[in-house]
Amino acid sequence: MSFVEVNDVAVTYDGAPILRKVNLQVAEGAFVTIVGASGCGKSTFLRLLLSQEQPSDGTIRVAGVHLPSSPTPDRGVVFQRYSVFPHLTVTENLILPLEIERAKGLGLTFGKLRRSLKAEVEEMLNSIGLAHARDRYPSQLSGGMQQRLAIAQALLKKPRVLLLDEPFGALDPGIRRDMHDLILALWTNTGMTIFMVTHDIAEAFKLGTRLIVFDKIRHDVADPSSVGATITYDLPLRRRGVVAEGLAGATISAANMLDHSLAEISQDRP
Amino acid sequence: MSYSNQKIGLASRVALGALPFAALVAAYSVGSHIRRADNPADKLLPPLDDMAATFWRMATVPDQRSGDLLLWTDTFQSLARLGAGVLISAAIALLVGVIIGYLPRGRATLAPFVAAVSLIPPITVLPILFIVFGLGETSKVALIVVGTAPVMIRSLAQAVMDIPREQFVKIATLGASTVQCVCRVVLPQIWPKLITAIRLGLVPAWIFLISAEAIASTDGLGYRIFLVRRYLAMDVILPYVAWITLLAYALDRGLQLLSRKLFRWAHLEGESL
Repeated sequence: MSFVEVNDVAVTYDGAPILRKVNLQVAEGAFVTIVGASGCGKSTFLRLLLSQEQPSDGTIRVAGVHLPSSPTPDRGVVFQRYSVFPHLTVTENLILPLEIERAKGLGLTFGKLRRSLKAEVEEMLNSIGLAHARDRYPSQLSGGMQQRLAIAQALLKKPRVLLLDEPFGALDPGIRRDMHDLILALWTNTGMTIFMVTHDIAEAFKLGTRLIVFDKIRHDVADPSSVGATITYDLPLRRRGVVAEGLAGATISAANMLDHSLAEISQDRP
Repeated sequence: MSYSNQKIGLASRVALGALPFAALVAAYSVGSHIRRADNPADKLLPPLDDMAATFWRMATVPDQRSGDLLLWTDTFQSLARLGAGVLISAAIALLVGVIIGYLPRGRATLAPFVAAVSLIPPITVLPILFIVFGLGETSKVALIVVGTAPVMIRSLAQAVMDIPREQFVKIATLGASTVQCVCRVVLPQIWPKLITAIRLGLVPAWIFLISAEAIASTDGLGYRIFLVRRYLAMDVILPYVAWITLLAYALDRGLQLLSRKLFRWAHLEGESL
């Protein structure tokens, strides 16, 4: 039995099919990257995994258990924006998950307990390179720093599944490479299963152990919204660090092909 | 450099800002002078020094009949009514605004009702308030609440709805309950919006305060100006209007400064009025 099992999942909004017949088995510890044209349902799929939305049909199980109806701490998330809390400083953002755990009622801590929680996240602050910015608010941080904070905050609950919705989409290329190293290191160290939606095909190939493509099976020119999308490609990728020239070449040409066909598809759309 | 992106220095900004005020005072002085040249006993546009003298008298000389310093008694009474009304409105707005903004069921239940109530012209319920609560303080405070609570509720509900959904999802993935989400995400993020709502609510609040005092009261700023209207005492009315304006301005600025002081995170981006 696989760790994440998606069976015949369909999503319909107001009669318009978004996803149809999505089937997927994912082993624990996989890094699944998800690509597809805009509006093809890849973010919807991520929201299903997060329990932010419910499938209209079909089932999703994680570790053999049906997903609950709301988000839970076993599945962490990082969005492209709004992942950290604007009214809390860097330190306050980091101790928030701990405060929620300790102060069962209101989630507010004071005095000695609060100071001890701040001491607990000190190491984390250093490891994400935000120690110097501990008292700044998110809007005073660069995009990369904000996302480092968001990832660190999500990982404090030690989720078994991490869901990333275009987390690096708004970052500069250089910063984005640093973030790739960070997320790969975290993934290797924690052994968690990652699902990451991205627009960047190269990023999807670089990070993933498995790449899935969401697309519509056929394109109805007269009524594009009449057809839902599903998984059209499911490519196992090499483990990172194993260099095999042939496979690399094949991967790149596949990437180019995909890129090309996705570009074509998106051109077809208004 | 084009006119639309000129940089204005501090000194010239102060000077430019003072210009319309100076123009108003000058125009008044000229008008007053012309009228009094025709008729030295003119009451309509009293000279500035007369008004200053009257204002000073009301602030420092006890009233012959009651023995009160009228300006301060009036000001205290009015601010007490205004404060009570606006604080009650703020409390209602916070509670109902969060219920409407955060809970879909609450929104479905209360949003149409609040929208309907907010369309009642508040002054039309004043007779009802007088009949129900009598002519005392309660009905004046109640008028301010009726006049300000609906708009404040709506602006707070909108503030809650403007919090990105991602934040609610995120805090749920951090293990938070609904109550914890309200305490750690919803409330902290709408405190500055509550201050903005109070600042917006103060505008109609002053109108209803003065109206209520004009109709049924024995003290207060509104009572005083409507009382002396019978004697055409412009030398009292005009300084009182200026004084009310000054109070309203000070309250507004004070609240803005308070918000900047308490909720620095909300004022990091961009200028705001």
